[in-house]
Amino acid sequence: MTDAEIEALLLSLRIALVAVAGALPFAVAVAWLLARTRFPGRVLLDGLVHLPLVLPPVVMGYLLLVSLGTNAPVGGWLLETFGIRLVFSWTGAALAAAIISFPFQVRAIRLAMEAIDPGLDAAARTLGAGPLDRFFSITLPLALPGIIAGAITAFAASLGEFGAIITFVSNIPGETRTLPLAIYTAIQSPGGEAAAARLAGLAIALALAGLILSEAAARRVRSLSGS
Amino acid sequence: MSLDIAIRHDLGDFRVNASFGVDEPGITALFGPSGAGKSTIIAAMAGLITPDSGHVRIDGETLFDSSDGTSIPAERRQIGYVFQESRLFPHMDVRRNLTFGARRAGGRSAAIGFDPLVELLGIGHLLQRKPVNLSGGERQRVALGRAVLAAPRLLLLDEPLAALDQARRQEIMSMLEQLRDVARIPMVYVSHALDEVTRLADHMVVLDHGTVAASDTVYAITSRIDLFPLTGRFEAGSVLPGQILEHDANHHLSAVGISGGRLWVPRIDRPEGAQVRIRVRARDVMLATAPPADISANNIVAGTISAIRRDDGAYLDVRVACGSDHLIARITHRSLARLGLSEGQPVHAVIKSVTVERDGGHGSGHTPMRNQMRVPR
Repeated sequence: MTDAEIEALLLSLRIALVAVAGALPFAVAVAWLLARTRFPGRVLLDGLVHLPLVLPPVVMGYLLLVSLGTNAPVGGWLLETFGIRLVFSWTGAALAAAIISFPFQVRAIRLAMEAIDPGLDAAARTLGAGPLDRFFSITLPLALPGIIAGAITAFAASLGEFGAIITFVSNIPGETRTLPLAIYTAIQSPGGEAAAARLAGLAIALALAGLILSEAAARRVRSLSGS
Repeated sequence: MSLDIAIRHDLGDFRVNASFGVDEPGITALFGPSGAGKSTIIAAMAGLITPDSGHVRIDGETLFDSSDGTSIPAERRQIGYVFQESRLFPHMDVRRNLTFGARRAGGRSAAIGFDPLVELLGIGHLLQRKPVNLSGGERQRVALGRAVLAAPRLLLLDEPLAALDQARRQEIMSMLEQLRDVARIPMVYVSHALDEVTRLADHMVVLDHGTVAASDTVYAITSRIDLFPLTGRFEAGSVLPGQILEHDANHHLSAVGISGGRLWVPRIDRPEGAQVRIRVRARDVMLATAPPADISANNIVAGTISAIRRDDGAYLDVRVACGSDHLIARITHRSLARLGLSEGQPVHAVIKSVTVERDGGHGSGHTPMRNQMRVPR
């Protein structure tokens, strides 16, 4: 493998990791809101969360570009106030991956939370546990298998994201050229078939490793939670 | 302990409108058939549901009052709750389940310590186990321990024995009696099983279609034949306070004095003078107009018919005043006509079977016991 290929691999892993870890707290919060509360606008939130699932990723990337580009209101404000520039940077790629993979996380966590017997929450109340206490001592640990499953699925989706990333942050070697973008670039260049095959093999290996890891983690958590 | 409860709650096709007061400690039973509103009432007491209107006061402290908007959240009411389906936390072992409430009791210490309670409940060997590896009876014992260790001022029990077999029920009832006597925790016990109520409860609130049909001592409620349709046809009978008068070692019998006489029962392993509670089922009482001679039954008590409750079908209930207590006899319409029985008439009650429920006093220091036995004929 060439240095550029290793670079693409490491960059992909970093972007996916940051995307998943950054989105996780929000995913848990949104999943809890959808699973356990009733409020006006709940349906709207549900729809908004699932939007990246049904929208073409290119459209998602375009929307990010027009809202977070340096000339756009939010993007300009971020640049002026914090010196943060998302376009053409790997952090922008992580943001795009996070948004695209957000529904996967929310879905898995929400299903896990909905499967928790609400009676346990009532029992914890009669034992003196307040809302925040109950969330951390009952809801979160019991939703852990779902959180792990969601994180792994989202990680895989982030690794594979192409359209939103290339639209929003372009295809810059060493900065935003992730594995799928590198494969695309290799295919486009004359004599790049061998590189494309190597990178594709790498992607397959990563996906399999993710599946095995996810299964092992789920098994471990199930035995810990006694269910 | 005092309870002052008024709950009005509309559940669509079913309405609860119940109020009752209790001024004594010990165990109060909410008794009634399924769908009588029992669970709604204790859920409102615990703060797990918010009733449409009413109030919940415990020891004079208002926990809920719809008239001024008071509603203390469940987690700050200090009311323990044992659910029918135990609701142990599946991701914690038994020890962590037990200490969950204790760790949140804010320095209040439970009426009984961790070690003595674990011993009383017989769960010492289960502490490292996960709830999934416990039997139904074990789960309920852990749930009971968990609620007690949270140092509640009142313990609510929602049909905690309903899902258990007879042997497990007896076991846990005996533990509840010990908790009542040792830890002196006031309890409200929800049940539709009359034998649980007559054994455990001091006070009884009878519920019918969401309203309170009667609220009084167990002795008073069980002597009211007008409540028999609610207290159960087959099991119905009167519960009487008694005292052990003497033991007859030769015949393995004990004499229990009740206000209207004395009853011989199989030997009770308690000293003379000890208070006991006995139950005489209506179907185990026969009536005679003259003192029966040459009869195998040992227990014949003289009394006066104080009420007759006629009913459709073959049977009717006759209440017989014996001293200050009452016995109930279930006889046929045919017998009533044949003997020409009427209110005010002196009769002799022939008792075929007596159940000794428990020791009658609180905190007497004795291990509560239960002897269910046929009286020798």
